Amino acid sequence: MGWTATVIPEEFGGLGLSYLELAVIAEELGRCAAPVPFGSSVYLATEALLLGGNQEQKEAWLPTLATGEAIGTFAYAEGGGQSSPKSLATKASGGKLSGRKVVVPDAEIAQFVIVAAASDSGDGASLYLVDMSDAGVSTESVQTLDPSRSHAHIDFSSASAQLLGGEGQGWGLLQRVLDRAAVLTAWEQLGGSEACLEMAKNYAMGRYAFGRAIASYQAIKHKLADMYVKNTLARSNAYYGAWALNTDAAELPLAAATARVGSTQAYYFSSKENIQTHGGMGYTWEFDCQFYYRRSKLLAVNIGSEGLWQERLIAATEQSNVA
Amino acid sequence: MDFEDTKEEAAFRADAQAWFAANAPTAKELEGMDGMQRAKYWQAKKVAAGWGCIRWPKEYGGRDASAIEQVILNQEEAKISAPETGVFSIGQGMAAPTLMTWANDDDKARFVPRLATGEDIWCQLFSEPAGGSDLAALRTKAVKDGDDWVINGQKIWTSGAHYSDWGILVVRTDPNVPKHQGLTYFYVDMKSPGIEIKPIRQISGESNFNEVYFTDVRIPDSQRLGAVGQGWKVSLTTLMNERASIGAGGGGVKFDSVKKLAASVNIGDRPAIEDSAVRAKLASWYVQEAGLKYTSYRTLSALSRGAIPGPENSIGKLVGAVKSQDMASFAIDLLEQEGIVRDKSYDEAIGSLFQDTYMAIPGLRIAGGTDEIMANIIAERVLGLPQEPRADKGIPFSEVPTGS
Ligand SMILES: Cc1cc2nc3c(=O)[nH]c(=O)nc-3n(C[C@H](O)[C@H](O)[C@H](O)COP(=O)(O)OP(=O)(O)OC[C@H]3O[C@@H](n4cnc5c(N)ncnc54)[C@H](O)[C@@H]3O)c2cc1C
Repeated sequence: MGWTATVIPEEFGGLGLSYLELAVIAEELGRCAAPVPFGSSVYLATEALLLGGNQEQKEAWLPTLATGEAIGTFAYAEGGGQSSPKSLATKASGGKLSGRKVVVPDAEIAQFVIVAAASDSGDGASLYLVDMSDAGVSTESVQTLDPSRSHAHIDFSSASAQLLGGEGQGWGLLQRVLDRAAVLTAWEQLGGSEACLEMAKNYAMGRYAFGRAIASYQAIKHKLADMYVKNTLARSNAYYGAWALNTDAAELPLAAATARVGSTQAYYFSSKENIQTHGGMGYTWEFDCQFYYRRSKLLAVNIGSEGLWQERLIAATEQSNVA
Repeated sequence: MDFEDTKEEAAFRADAQAWFAANAPTAKELEGMDGMQRAKYWQAKKVAAGWGCIRWPKEYGGRDASAIEQVILNQEEAKISAPETGVFSIGQGMAAPTLMTWANDDDKARFVPRLATGEDIWCQLFSEPAGGSDLAALRTKAVKDGDDWVINGQKIWTSGAHYSDWGILVVRTDPNVPKHQGLTYFYVDMKSPGIEIKPIRQISGESNFNEVYFTDVRIPDSQRLGAVGQGWKVSLTTLMNERASIGAGGGGVKFDSVKKLAASVNIGDRPAIEDSAVRAKLASWYVQEAGLKYTSYRTLSALSRGAIPGPENSIGKLVGAVKSQDMASFAIDLLEQEGIVRDKSYDEAIGSLFQDTYMAIPGLRIAGGTDEIMANIIAERVLGLPQEPRADKGIPFSEVPTGS
């Protein structure tokens, strides 16, 4: 399909299209809760390479990322709670990386992983690129709330690692990658949230109780109207985010956090109230409602929770002169 | 409302404590039993000693205890580690009160004691594909044939049908009168020929409820509760008791579990519990939890003075379920990336408590009356607000619009 190639420059075998196109793809993947390794490889690994990779690293991976032959992923969390440079136990020395990363998406199918490790200099962290086929890398799969996506812990023991970006500049680089991923994830969340509204609406129109379509009860109408309102605000914020990403605007951190928080809230609401609208049917394995409910939670924490992004949002308003 | 035990209550509490201390089943005692056997074993042991179904009359295995005594007993039992006895909740919480109100003395003597001891398990065959919130729209048909009724149709969402001995059943005996007037209530042997049970899987992956198909199932007229056409009135006895029994609902996630988690994970480089946004959320949930607890105490004080459970019991499930859903969701957020783990090989407090609750609560918001129906009950029956215009009132059931 070439989707993974969307924003990769033509010189590296990509399509060289804009983030607006990628946002549309993200939205559609979200709409069908697609069980594919896209966010990990495209929003995180590809973006990290584009932002921080040197020419050689880009040449090594971008062309195969573009064709979809290679899958990349990104690993920073080492346990429950928020990560910070201080929380990182993973360390590299002399080009060898050791440590453990948890719940890494697609770790078992990725060809490479970009890892945040502690650094004694700069901002306290550095990013490294590690080939998953290295003898020092092993994975342990873990079951999650969303079994349609694969996750695993990764153990590194003296795995060969190439620095990505500067030594001691990893934490800053990670934040920039997360801002970019947040915009794209917001679009994916929005697509899912829209799908929930659509499903709920269709079901409510056809389901009768007390001699009337349940869609004619205000309790249901207001529920769906609330979904619509949340989705509409989230969409507008997501457009703003996509614009900021595409133009590399100074207000990207604020725009990204705004889009991320809005879409996270909208998707949680829509996915749970979609089940509620379906009554008992919504609570069955056979109906699709559950995929969205599970996915909404996965996407709500995979690049940091609502609370974390709320904090980033307020911090961005304090720093930017645009707010 | 009293927060402290009276002298009698304190004595009762001490008795209960002493009995549990001496009789809580040991691991050795339960060795080799599956969950169902453990439940039955523990229930039988309690009833034999006078500590099970204590509010029921003595003749049925109880001890005519007060509602407050029941609460005290529950509090004390919660302190020990005893087998889970949820499999009895429909039988004891709904079927038994209905039988006690509507069955003849022979049937009461035959069934109620066996419900108390846990020898028999009952299920509730009410909901149908076309009759959930609008239960009285159910279509399963019963036609009289000599001394029997012949039942044809389908029930759905029947929790525990696959391990139940008996079921309480509402069916339509007359489609040509307004819907509430054409219903009749029976109890049925789940082993009857013509009953077919098919499991339904719920979103959590487990399968606790079923579709139950009836094909020419014969039920003797002697198994009818209430008069022909009086089924709605009889089902209200069941439903009032259902609301009272799921009232406290809310799953495993409580204020304490989220607070404990918040003390063990970081926000920035500090424990999450030090974060003022986390504290504010926890405080709001605490207020709700306490409000529910004290509301239930007030209800119990009223019950102990002889009142019957009213529609205000709808508050418990309405508030409790949504609260637990939001708490589970928030706890997963606190764990960040690791929150998504739902893996039995993990520490329970990280890899299943919150995630299992997250997956279970959507069912609790629907079972036994949805959130919306609970809110309607509060609005219409507690506040006395007017009903919405009804398209199904005063016309024969067969003429009610169904959308198909
Ligand atoms: C886990 C679980 C266990 C269950 N166990 C049993 C059991 O053991 N025995 C049994 O008989 N049943 C059981 N049920 C069925 C349960 O009682 C019904 O699912 C419930 O009453 C809702 O009915 P429904 O599923 O048909 O949804 P519907 O009635 O179709 O409701 C769909 C949506 O419409 C809304 N709605 C309907 N009417 C109105 C109105 N007037 N105003 C506003 N909104 C409205 C509902 O709130 C809901 O959001 C169980 C259900 C669950 C989920």
